[in-house]
Amino acid sequence: MEPSLATSVGKMQLDKPAMLASGILGISLDVFNRLYRSGAGAVVTKSLSSEPWEGYPNPTIFSVNGGGWMNAVGLSNPGASNFAKMIEPNVDVPIIVSLVGSIPKDFEMMINEFKNCNVTAFELNLSCPHVAKVGLEVGDDPELVKKIVTTVKNSTTAPVIAKVGLGTTNYLNTVKTAIDSGIDAITAINTVRAMAIDVETQRPILSNKYGGLSGTPIKPIALRCVYEISSKYDIPIIGCGGISTWEDAIEFFLAGASAIQLGSAIGDNWINVFDDINKGVLQYMKQKNYSTIEEMVGLAKKF
Amino acid sequence: MQRNSNHTTIVTIEKVVDETPTVRTLYFSDDVMSNVLPGQFAMVWIPGINELPMSVMISNESGKAAFTVRKHGLASTGLFNIKTGEKIGVRGPYGNAFDIKQGKLLLVGGGTGLVPMMRLLTHVKPTDDVTVLIGAKSKDEVFFETLANELLKNNSHKVIVCTDDGSYGEKGFVTDVVEKLVNESNFDGVYTCGPEKMMYKTVQSAHTKGIFVQASLERMMKCGVGICGSCCVGEDLACKDGTIFDGNHLSQNKEFGHTHRNKAGILEDY
Repeated sequence: MEPSLATSVGKMQLDKPAMLASGILGISLDVFNRLYRSGAGAVVTKSLSSEPWEGYPNPTIFSVNGGGWMNAVGLSNPGASNFAKMIEPNVDVPIIVSLVGSIPKDFEMMINEFKNCNVTAFELNLSCPHVAKVGLEVGDDPELVKKIVTTVKNSTTAPVIAKVGLGTTNYLNTVKTAIDSGIDAITAINTVRAMAIDVETQRPILSNKYGGLSGTPIKPIALRCVYEISSKYDIPIIGCGGISTWEDAIEFFLAGASAIQLGSAIGDNWINVFDDINKGVLQYMKQKNYSTIEEMVGLAKKF
Repeated sequence: MQRNSNHTTIVTIEKVVDETPTVRTLYFSDDVMSNVLPGQFAMVWIPGINELPMSVMISNESGKAAFTVRKHGLASTGLFNIKTGEKIGVRGPYGNAFDIKQGKLLLVGGGTGLVPMMRLLTHVKPTDDVTVLIGAKSKDEVFFETLANELLKNNSHKVIVCTDDGSYGEKGFVTDVVEKLVNESNFDGVYTCGPEKMMYKTVQSAHTKGIFVQASLERMMKCGVGICGSCCVGEDLACKDGTIFDGNHLSQNKEFGHTHRNKAGILEDY
């Protein structure tokens, strides 16, 4: 029997396991459609805020000497309300709406904007490393995480995912708080707070000085986090961080992820990366005689 | 070692030429940038100010290239104010190139949209018959007319300037001349870069006549490599799928000629 690429993350069902990660390419429904046709199982939107944000001045994204990408885009986005109107016509594409905010009310109001939209899930950005008062600064505050997750869970019937990253508190505590507050799944991890300095002009390259490192250099870190979360808690996990090949995808399944997200790989290999990963995963499943992704999830934990 | 096009290379500005009161060309030495294809662009870092996409201007000296910039917003004014001896960063080249046909060609450029047109002129064959249309607001904003004539001195050619106020050349919009020209003769290729409305009308005029036409689109850009999504035009990413698109493709795109996205990604009308 032909193996299936379908996977489920809790009650969220996906045809294919690789999604577009938040922050990448996510501002037009036409592009979402294109990515879906290219083999993405779902697309996660840019993190939306209650008001439109312009983000930081350029340079905001560049490739790092030695590999990987650095960004401090500053969460530029059209705002939840404008965005909801834009995706209202969507029928086909599984869209996961990423939200960023400082207080529970922000999230509650934003979720309400999407009442006429076909939303597969909401992903709470508790881990952006380069914007004050949101993202990691929220994720590092367990009391706030508890209040936000509880509020969001009361505001929607759609699955709610928390995207965690490496901040100043142990991210596993953030995961635990989110689980205790009713979260449906965890995405791990976000970019890792980092910087780069140009030696000729001797100044930090990003206009924001600090940014987030993504791409292949952070893959082993992300994999470790997925393995840790999956070893410690019984919660569906979406692996994210430096995934660019089908082998990377398999590694994350084996570590305990039921699905994956990718972003930087698009900068390196463009959008055929989804199709490449799908084909490679299928081939591997045939070879190893698996019929579902689920059969592989967490296998590396037995050693 | 081959240079990674995604890494910024620091170059020193060697010469600054005032083209008009609001437009300057900044020359620098860089082999990679001197050899980019017509239509390709670089991401240009003005340290401490911003980074912006710029079409790469030609130089008559080998191993050199330039940026021709009009002071407009913070970033472009920052670049405009760079002086000889100061440093900027460049990465790229990015984007695709014009598909240059042979025979009778029409090039339509407005403002700094003339930059890729000038590089295109360095790639035409001596047997090509080339018409260059230059659009400007007024006489003191006309530039590259002499350069276009110089680059085409061995070709059968015409350089026509149109000014909105009629203070130089023909009075009126270049797009009216485009419409007239495509009705009069059979062009093998039409190429345009400049204000979107100008490109939209040029593409329409040529495409409805069945003439091969390409336009180089300008959008807000952050990464230049297809990650950030800022430059999307419908389902296309200007940086990665373009910046050059042909008439066939553009006639299917509902945003071209009508809307663009601002820094927050909100659609705004042209």
